[in-house]
Amino acid sequence: MTRAPLRVPREALLALIVLGIVLAVGARAPVFLTLRNALDVGNDSAILVVLVMGQIPVLLTRGVDLSVASNLALTGMLCALAGKAWPGLPLPAFLLMAVGIGALLGAANGWLITRFFLPSIVVTLGTMSIYRGAIFVASGGAWVSDQDIHPLIKGLPRDTLLGLPAPWWVAAAVVAGMAWLLRWRREGRELYAYGGNAVAANYAGIPIRGRLTMAYTISGALAGLAGLLWVGRYSIAFTELASGYELTVIAACVIGGVSIGGGVGTVGGALLGVLFIGVINAALPVIQVSPFWQQAIAGFVILVSVMLNSRAQRQAGRQILERDGGLAQGGTT
Amino acid sequence: MTSKTHSPVLTLRGLHKRFGPTHALRGVDLDLVPGEVLALIGENGAGKSTLVKILTGVYRPDEGEIRLDGERRRFDRAQQAQELGVIAVHQETVMFDELSAAENIFIGRQPMRGFPGLRYIDWPRMNREAQQVLDRVGARFAATTLVRDLSLAQRHLIEIARALSQQARVVILDEPTAALSQSEIRDFYGIVRGLKAAGIAVLFITHKFDELFAVCDRYVVLRDGASVGHGTMSEADEPGLVKLMAGRTIDKIYPSIASVPGEVVMQVRGLSHPTEFDGLNFDLRRGEILGFYGLVGAGRSEAMLALMGLNPAATGEITIEGRRIAIREPADAIAAGLAYVPEERQRQGGIQQFSVRHNMSLAALAGPRRPGAGRLSAGAWLSARRESALAERMIERLAIKTESQHTPLSGLSGGNQQKVVIAKWLGLDPRIVILDEPTKGIDVGAKQAVYQLIAEMVAQGLAVILVSSELPEVTHLAHRVIVMRRGRQVAEFAHEHIDAEAVVAAASGLQPAPSPGGGRIVPPGPLAELAA
Repeated sequence: MTRAPLRVPREALLALIVLGIVLAVGARAPVFLTLRNALDVGNDSAILVVLVMGQIPVLLTRGVDLSVASNLALTGMLCALAGKAWPGLPLPAFLLMAVGIGALLGAANGWLITRFFLPSIVVTLGTMSIYRGAIFVASGGAWVSDQDIHPLIKGLPRDTLLGLPAPWWVAAAVVAGMAWLLRWRREGRELYAYGGNAVAANYAGIPIRGRLTMAYTISGALAGLAGLLWVGRYSIAFTELASGYELTVIAACVIGGVSIGGGVGTVGGALLGVLFIGVINAALPVIQVSPFWQQAIAGFVILVSVMLNSRAQRQAGRQILERDGGLAQGGTT
Repeated sequence: MTSKTHSPVLTLRGLHKRFGPTHALRGVDLDLVPGEVLALIGENGAGKSTLVKILTGVYRPDEGEIRLDGERRRFDRAQQAQELGVIAVHQETVMFDELSAAENIFIGRQPMRGFPGLRYIDWPRMNREAQQVLDRVGARFAATTLVRDLSLAQRHLIEIARALSQQARVVILDEPTAALSQSEIRDFYGIVRGLKAAGIAVLFITHKFDELFAVCDRYVVLRDGASVGHGTMSEADEPGLVKLMAGRTIDKIYPSIASVPGEVVMQVRGLSHPTEFDGLNFDLRRGEILGFYGLVGAGRSEAMLALMGLNPAATGEITIEGRRIAIREPADAIAAGLAYVPEERQRQGGIQQFSVRHNMSLAALAGPRRPGAGRLSAGAWLSARRESALAERMIERLAIKTESQHTPLSGLSGGNQQKVVIAKWLGLDPRIVILDEPTKGIDVGAKQAVYQLIAEMVAQGLAVILVSSELPEVTHLAHRVIVMRRGRQVAEFAHEHIDAEAVVAAASGLQPAPSPGGGRIVPPGPLAELAA
């Protein structure tokens, strides 16, 4: 009766899939297996990692934050404008500004959701448009182009420490912080609890509003940080920056086993989800897939991986009937 | 046992069902005859639910045969059972709230019209036919009414109407009156007689003896998964049936409560709610078990939720250990030393995908806002060591059967899940524990363990509020019993003055029957005889 359910570890399965793709592509184009290419994939993925880490706590609470890409673009634009207006600003000021503005925008989401008991998808769909619209207002619709971007912002993605680019270190710090929150802090445990059974969590005295607001604030803060990295890496800020990128973020989470239904997901799994998307995006041009097909094929591969993953999950759910029966007739214990 | 006037429509012979090491059904024989109501009785855990699930095609029997009209049949899927005319009406109805009564009756088989390839729902016909069948069962509402606007009793009518419209031959009523009021129950008897008159075979599952004698013709008693007795109701009497149900003797299912109530720990004055309960006043003492008895829907759970800060519309004065406290949210109640083990274990209690250990530590994770701050935290980190120690201690103290503290809660049996939920609160070292129907749906052995635990809690000086619908439970364990009816406190009995008859009468609003000795009210609940 009490034997643990047989469960294929999602992370292991996903890691195998990623490894398989890398080897298959590498067999066709050996350039794919070089260290140089690995660094490139890492650089491209660092921003996604930061955003995904922010999305995890929100998904754990059965919510979703659709406003992250707009938040990223708005914060990025404001940082770029500030750099243009005050060339004397030091790097910590930019970082503080990015995280601060992002957190403020995220907290606004959290406040709307917990104050008026609105579904997160509705609230963040609304703020997604509001934040995007605010970029127009702030910039007057104009671009901030390469020569106007503050050299410190541009320099950030190119700085290296111990041979690794700065975005790697930023992403690593964010991952470590999130792992600590989710595994070693009661706040993190309470997010899982709320996503697993909201009623039970409430009865146990978990301050639900506070935890939800925290989740959206973190998501916003990390979106802001990603905004600064994005503007630096691509040396440009404009209204449509990262438009639609929130869907990539959510896709990475889902591929990595963070459940849309709440309460399930790990930092490690989500990282593999990011790696998967990074590898696919890097592999398709290398094996000379026509650019016209790349997006469709990427989507197809994502679907297949989610399907494989959900099959692995279904096995875990199969023993419900038996347990039910044990309940119905009692007597076993 | 077969009535000779009709041949049975459904016959079960030698049904066996095993779940892993558990032998849930060990040879069940049953005959269902058209126009007759057969009562299926037995304790919780006797195998009634398993049998119903086999008849409705949810489970497959491991051995034995099911014959319909003398022909051997397999009920492999729920749909198959329905097509063969075996329909179940459950205690908690499963319906589509946002659809109309007619849509619920014809769900999945709506009358269609139009050409092949371009067929659409024939709404006028569906509503007309639904109304006809609803009228037949005596429903006084329109077929177009949305189900969410109907009462539970009216939903039962829809289920029965659905059964009739499917040309049901066998209708299974699984504790259909559990949540109905007295007048609704009387109406329901009329419907059951109507089904009989229509030549339908009825299998009636109930815990209430008055219902057995009111509507049933014959009975079958299940015990430990086997049919141990049968006969006609007219020749049966209550003590005989109870003896058949219980069979074995369980020594001392109720522990003796040694503790003597001490000083008052909690005073509740004028606890009220605009719609759910009114003017509740009571004191709770150290080492005391205070029983709250009442019928389902008497407002007991709602009042307890108010004590925990989970019922925002409630008002009233709560004083704990001489200090007036305001309880606005659960954290306030927990800080004041209250713990609440909710009634619905699945929905309100445990988190199924969490491990045993994480479920246990949930309430005790503790922060500065609660006393005993950070007992499970070491600085900014959760202490795996202390969390594990808490889990080990609780597993041992409550004798929880689990492979390890890392097993997900969903892997435990019902009784053990309940213990884990209780452990979650004991981990907080509360002063007052509210147990809401703590033995609902768990087997006798587990019940005994829960009772033992309650006795230990009061022996250690905790105060316990025991909310229960099982009369023997409150009469045996509680120092005092408060009876609630329709949201009001209608009676209070001290342990030495508890009279089962008077308690039931107060709870149902009837005058106690004046017959001394003769018309004994058998307390509801499966362990009636054991209690005596």
